[in-house]
Amino acid sequence: MCGIVGLLVKNPKMRDSIGELMLPMLIGMTERGPDSAGMAMFTAPVAADSRKFSLFSGTSDFNWTKLGHDFEKHLSVKAKVEPKENHAVLTTTLEPATVKMWLKEHYPQLHLLSVGQLMDIYKDVGTPAQVADRYDFKNFKGTHLVGHTRMATESAVTPAHAHPFTAGEDWCLVHNGSLSNAHSLRRKLEKEGIEFETDNDTEAACRFLQWRMREGDDLKTALNHGFEELDGFYTLLMGTSTELALVRDPYGCKPAIIAEHDDYVAIASEFRSLAHLPDIKNAKVFEPSPKEMYVWKL
Amino acid sequence: METLKFDLDTKPLREINQFLHGDADTLNGKKVVIENPNGAHSLAVGLKADVDVTIKGHSGYYAAGMNQLAKVTIEGSAGSGVGENMMSGVVHVKGFASNAAGATANGGLLIIDGDAGLRCGIALKGADIVIGGSVGSFSAFMAQAGNMVILGDAGEGLGDSIYEAKLFVRGKVKSLGADCEEKTMNAEDKQILADLLKKSGHANVSPDSFKQYGSARTLYHFHVDNAGAY
Repeated sequence: MCGIVGLLVKNPKMRDSIGELMLPMLIGMTERGPDSAGMAMFTAPVAADSRKFSLFSGTSDFNWTKLGHDFEKHLSVKAKVEPKENHAVLTTTLEPATVKMWLKEHYPQLHLLSVGQLMDIYKDVGTPAQVADRYDFKNFKGTHLVGHTRMATESAVTPAHAHPFTAGEDWCLVHNGSLSNAHSLRRKLEKEGIEFETDNDTEAACRFLQWRMREGDDLKTALNHGFEELDGFYTLLMGTSTELALVRDPYGCKPAIIAEHDDYVAIASEFRSLAHLPDIKNAKVFEPSPKEMYVWKL
Repeated sequence: METLKFDLDTKPLREINQFLHGDADTLNGKKVVIENPNGAHSLAVGLKADVDVTIKGHSGYYAAGMNQLAKVTIEGSAGSGVGENMMSGVVHVKGFASNAAGATANGGLLIIDGDAGLRCGIALKGADIVIGGSVGSFSAFMAQAGNMVILGDAGEGLGDSIYEAKLFVRGKVKSLGADCEEKTMNAEDKQILADLLKKSGHANVSPDSFKQYGSARTLYHFHVDNAGAY
């Protein structure tokens, strides 16, 4: 199974309460995905010359202050580290390649979850309510978000196997479904120089799109290639700096329901995650067609 | 008629369904309203009494599944498997229905005012389904008996491997499935269609605007030339 949720807030007045609006959406998908949860949140951008790096330590006793000091000392640059339990967002002006290399050398135990100017990622094992509580999802402020509740069927239950996955700066993807050719895709993509972090099937879909976009495809063309090469069932929800995008496999095996309202666009696997949204009675509620790409812009 | 109201915000679903599974003699003729369904699964499933149930909003999966005798009205949309395996009675969805609406339904009438998703009426066994809008791909797959009336369009593979169910489509069919072909509508079929249109609130729609599809019957009889394939 697995549950997906997405929320894009069009009304600027409601953006400070996006976390509160989203929380019942995520918790509503607990039965579909009780073992892990994750959230990509698009906030106000950092300074134009800076980037945010979402880091995951695996242990809550990690010394984030020391990491900040080491980073500034070794690289002679300012860095801001904002920890939340075993996650932290590091903001700096250095290039991603430099940051990645430094992390690999000095803190190889850390996972780099995402890079971007707007997007933070939090993901961990536990029920959606536990994960949301751990990282204070309720108080998120921002424009749009992509969330996931996981019921693992094909690979281990670890924070790294939880969704969202990323395939570029300010770009993330969550998946409900399963892919039967994830391993062959992976072998193909590794030959193309694409690096994998886990054996998760969703990561294979994510890396496939990353590879297509590296080869010059826009998202729509990349997804059209995906229809040909991804063998399995999927509803994919993607987030970029300015939009949310949704696609269902050609057989419509995995669900999705959409509510379009003047103030917001909300997406979930089932209506029960949308029922609480303000003025939902006046939203246009519909089911997306299979094999069609839906895009909502801010 | 006595009306009983249940609010899913304050009462657990199990309590409502258990009430609806009570003694048929006490339920017959009663009217039950379920408020705040909010997409809950398995609403009004397995009813066996002549009771009138109205769901005031969107239902989740399997609403009114296995229905017998009851009339269940869903004022919003329905999740997957609405009216699946129903035996008799009427299930009316005023919004749209998700995948596999009326799957394996044996009897009764399923009315969907809006669109239906993929695999609507899959393995239909005798019920009637009337869809005011369009149906998704692979609808009426292996449908054995019963009638399906589609006022809008049909997706890919309509009636694949169909047996003796009758399909009436007013709009376009994207593609027919294996062994499904267009039929000539005879007077008896036209009467079936006219009756179903009337029963489902489409009395003003002319049966002449429909095309009929059914089985070419080349798949379900053993053919000696195919012996090598077994």
